[in-house]
Amino acid sequence: MDITTTTDVPPPASPPSLTERKRAARGATRPGDRIFLGLSRGSGILLLVIMAAIAVFLTYRASLAISRDHGNFLTTFEWNTNLNPPVFGIAVLAFGTIVSSVIAMAIAVPVAVAIALFLTHYAPRRLSGPIAYVIDLLAAVPSIVYGLWGALILVPHLRGLYGWLDTYFGWTGILSWEEGAPRTMLAVGILLAIMILPIITNVSREVFRQVPRMHEEAALALGATRWEVIRMSVLPFGRSGVISASMLGLGRALGETMAVATVLSPDYDIHASLLNPGGGTFAQNIAGKFGEASEQGRDALIASGLVLFVITLLVNGAARAIIARRKEYSGANA
Amino acid sequence: MSTAAVTDKRPGSLSGARLPKWSPWAIAAGSVAVAVGIGLGAGLGSKVQWGLIAAILFVLGTYGITARVEGRRQAKDRVATSLVWVAFLLAVVPLVSLVWTTVSRGVKVLDVHFLTHSMGIVADTETGGGIYHAIVGSLEQVGLATLMGAPIGVLTAVYLVEYGRGRLAQAVTFFVDVMTGIPSIVAGLFILSLMLILELDPFGFAGSLALAILMMPVVVRSTEEMLKLVPNELREASLALGVPKWRTILKVVLPTSLGGITTGVMLAIARIAGETAPVLLLVFGNPFINTNPFDGAQASLPLYIYQQYAAGGDAAYDRAWAASLTLIAFVMILNLVARGIARWKAPR
Repeated sequence: MDITTTTDVPPPASPPSLTERKRAARGATRPGDRIFLGLSRGSGILLLVIMAAIAVFLTYRASLAISRDHGNFLTTFEWNTNLNPPVFGIAVLAFGTIVSSVIAMAIAVPVAVAIALFLTHYAPRRLSGPIAYVIDLLAAVPSIVYGLWGALILVPHLRGLYGWLDTYFGWTGILSWEEGAPRTMLAVGILLAIMILPIITNVSREVFRQVPRMHEEAALALGATRWEVIRMSVLPFGRSGVISASMLGLGRALGETMAVATVLSPDYDIHASLLNPGGGTFAQNIAGKFGEASEQGRDALIASGLVLFVITLLVNGAARAIIARRKEYSGANA
Repeated sequence: MSTAAVTDKRPGSLSGARLPKWSPWAIAAGSVAVAVGIGLGAGLGSKVQWGLIAAILFVLGTYGITARVEGRRQAKDRVATSLVWVAFLLAVVPLVSLVWTTVSRGVKVLDVHFLTHSMGIVADTETGGGIYHAIVGSLEQVGLATLMGAPIGVLTAVYLVEYGRGRLAQAVTFFVDVMTGIPSIVAGLFILSLMLILELDPFGFAGSLALAILMMPVVVRSTEEMLKLVPNELREASLALGVPKWRTILKVVLPTSLGGITTGVMLAIARIAGETAPVLLLVFGNPFINTNPFDGAQASLPLYIYQQYAAGGDAAYDRAWAASLTLIAFVMILNLVARGIARWKAPR
């Protein structure tokens, strides 16, 4: 219908006014257009509303909990929300979350970068494709399966490592072991490292593949060995990409719930040694304490969730900022 | 590859002295022999320690010998090569172990009975029982979440690509990024805070809401990428024929990128199907079959795994592994089909 009318009536007789033409150019004149634009813009706005609602409602319930808290929310070690008045604080949780994530990053990032290099520069062509595909699939394995595997298979196997660390590095204090079950921060860190390995590897591999061929060939032409090519052209080009990949992995490690909840036996105290019980994580504490929590207990858990939310926002924001800066940089450089 | 090319050159050419091709294997064999010797001599029990000593000897030996014959730079290159291989092999061990244990332990109790019965009258310590109730719950919760999350996600992506200018679009882009990083448990806590205010008991649909929140940003991201791949010429051709913009989007842009969008949605479904934390808070779990997601606690597959693990004992562990295998199989099939569609429908 529209088509015939617009083509049959030649416009020169009555040229559309400037405002009309502007409106037509914006494409919002027909009712169908207006409805469709409304729908799609509406869903965009809905996303914003959801984000705002998350922040508002979590803050509201958290403020209820914190006003009832008779400990210091930031420095108290206990988590006794069923007492009257309740006493709880996030000190132990913040400690455990940071320590386990740091261990995970310290293990996962170098290994993931090495695997990404292996896939792009070392592995035989025929092998690297399928391996990358499999690692891609491993990133999709649900965290509860990692948790089950960690608790039933990994933890028993860690006894040997714990004993060895205690024998040779026990004198440092950080790695002394009192022969308890190895369900401690180090075990959590190792499991988290295994979980975030596929993600960091995938993103790093993508970045390394985008290194301009010319850069590498230039280095080779100067007589560089393969390692020197990687050090001089691949790693500098991929640095910010690897950093943002690590931040994405860190975000996942910080918020990981089930894998930590199955492996860790929490302890509401802080010890120097990573091999002895001590510390919990935000997410693990929420999952673990939820079953026994009364309404004020749930509010307290929401308060700790709000802290986790803010931390992950900061980490992700930093990752995005690095990616954004990289875009400008590579645009000027490509 | 460059190494191989250079080694083939005859002596007297520009390249320096080279170790023969078999030298890494020789060094490896030598270091293993020495490590076994040290291990036996010092009476070290653990085979892992033997392996560690052998690895350290291999790296040191490679460096020393290569530095002698080929020079320090070549030596560093060889050490880097062996470290990269070691890292790869090191990472393969746990990942292979994960897949292998899930499959080998999962098949023990996984049969038709397991898939078609609930845990209603089976105590956690007994054998028997199954995951029918959990499968029903999971399918309903994930299905409802998809019904909410996928259209909103696709429409938002359409807005960003086809209409998005100015500050609103920027804000949406930014917050979609932020939303991607929300831990699943925080999404769960958000719905929980609403339920506390409305004084509701756990029910399946609450879980769907949290899962939909987790799904939306993933769908937006992937759909956006796909819509950007649609050539502008197609849009312009359609608009030049006088077709309204909304019909252009519905009849030209979306069908062109349908394969990619489907892939993105399926990958998002695969992601939320394995989420445990929000389901734990909002749906609570239920050993009986509850087919109504709007009333009463429901079960879900990932939650079932957690609860069987928490129950402890061999019978429960067997069920947890079998349920894990089912869940992984479901997620993997979704992934494989999604990738298949992506490859089949890829814009050429």
